[in-house]
Amino acid sequence: MATLLNVNGVSKRFGGIHALDEVTLAVQEGEIYGLIGPNGAGKTTLFNCMTGLYSVSRGEILLDGRPIHNRKPHVIVELGFARTFQNIRLFANMTALENVLVGRHVRTHAGVFGAVLRDAGTRAEEAASRERARALLDFVGLANKGRTLAGHLAYGEQRRLEIARALATEPRLLALDEPVAGMNPAERRQMAELFQRLRAQGLTLLLIEHDVKLVMGLCDRVAVLDYGRKIAEGAPNAVRQDPTVIAAYLGTEAAA
Amino acid sequence: MDIFVQQLINGLVLGSIYALVALGYTMVYGILELINFAHGEVTMMGAMVALTVIGLLLGLNPELSGLLVVLAGVLVAIPACMLLAFTIERVAYRPLRRAPRLAPLITAIGVSIVLQNAAMLIWGRQYVSFPQILPQQTYEVLGAHITSLQIFIVLLCMAVMAGLWLLVQKTRLGRAMRATAQSKEVAMLMGVDIDRVISATFVIGAALAAIAGVMVSAYYGLAHYYMGFMLGLKAFSAAVLGGIGNIAGAMLGGLLLGVIEALGAGYIGDLTGGFLGSHYQDVFAFFVLILVLVFRPSGLLGERVATRA
Repeated sequence: MATLLNVNGVSKRFGGIHALDEVTLAVQEGEIYGLIGPNGAGKTTLFNCMTGLYSVSRGEILLDGRPIHNRKPHVIVELGFARTFQNIRLFANMTALENVLVGRHVRTHAGVFGAVLRDAGTRAEEAASRERARALLDFVGLANKGRTLAGHLAYGEQRRLEIARALATEPRLLALDEPVAGMNPAERRQMAELFQRLRAQGLTLLLIEHDVKLVMGLCDRVAVLDYGRKIAEGAPNAVRQDPTVIAAYLGTEAAA
Repeated sequence: MDIFVQQLINGLVLGSIYALVALGYTMVYGILELINFAHGEVTMMGAMVALTVIGLLLGLNPELSGLLVVLAGVLVAIPACMLLAFTIERVAYRPLRRAPRLAPLITAIGVSIVLQNAAMLIWGRQYVSFPQILPQQTYEVLGAHITSLQIFIVLLCMAVMAGLWLLVQKTRLGRAMRATAQSKEVAMLMGVDIDRVISATFVIGAALAAIAGVMVSAYYGLAHYYMGFMLGLKAFSAAVLGGIGNIAGAMLGGLLLGVIEALGAGYIGDLTGGFLGSHYQDVFAFFVLILVLVFRPSGLLGERVATRA
């Protein structure tokens, strides 16, 4: 299997603080890769560097061999990297369908003149976009919620809508920032099943998660961050037994 | 009664023009939280460019159809204003995107002064008159007079606003604009090139302003390098009245302000026993602005936003 995402010696400093310190990891195409670590370990910072929200102080990030660090966020999306958010960030005043259609933006092209003239090409593009967006809503189990305002959806539905919106950008790699946070066990199982279906379709998943059980059951490989450094990487079971990891993170969990 | 109907008609005509200009303020505010004070001057530029084109065409052949000549003026003014607004955003506002909010606001006032003076240098200080080339038929409605020009202005403005509404609600660009207005950060992380969306917002607002500029100069029969100042302030008041950032609010606020102003001008003489005349009509727009800011700062259709520290 080929490497899809390379993070090579990435450092990110905020003033004197090293939020990320020489982090290196490689995500293989088609795998589910977990990123775990205690709060403040730098997981979300790494996501923000990957998606172009933060600049990288040192190092490089490659998606399928092409550098994506320090590029504009929309360019990174266009190259095939999509994400969801730890705190749900939908366009609350737009319908579920419209949220997904915003995700289609990067794969469609109508501009000011298309919007004003409404030529045949623009209308066809719009119709295809809508069809695709509806299929995605269906895929995440929101088939009959298209006309509902995103802000009015239930919590779990909002999480799934975020995934549909990210999928609409046609990513090669989907990065999920704590996708099951705040969900009950039944909802968590549903999400895990959704991730399996995505992987079966050839999508690569990068998962930040606190739920150790979910990570262990779902991920092919796991990396552990602590204080901005990668302290372990490997198969979930091997990582679970790593003494450094137990000391830094799992130790408290295992004791509980 | 006939004064009432007459002023209502006049108010709707004026108000639909205010609404077109107010949309430009409100769309830019919705996305950047910037009050683009140069927008009134863009409107003025639209009128001036159109009048220049109209003058040139009539100079070539005075027998040309008035309607076609004005149409040609509008069709040149629109792209000219779009280009102007695009340039203003690039040169004056984009470099200040991350600056404190006061900085772009002051820059906007600066741009407005620059444009006024540029217009004065190009077209001079005197009034430029709008040639009487449009068919002027008068109809009687309920004892009031309405001209074909007034009907035309209202219909055109309504059509343009309906088109804008469809654009914002139904198209890819409109969705990107609404997404960007809600959160620039999430919009760009979902693949929206927000720089392009912001440019498009300025450019669309300028197209509306160009149409409004030509309409207002046709209505009053003149244009002037300073006309954008008062028109801009009133349109801004209209946007605040409707709830700044809210597109339907700008349309409603514009129409309402026009009507309030016209009725005020119609009755102020009677109300003050002749002490104040109809030339005090400008007072009403700002009186309304003050009332709105005191009693309902979020405007008629605006959402209440928690005060930020």
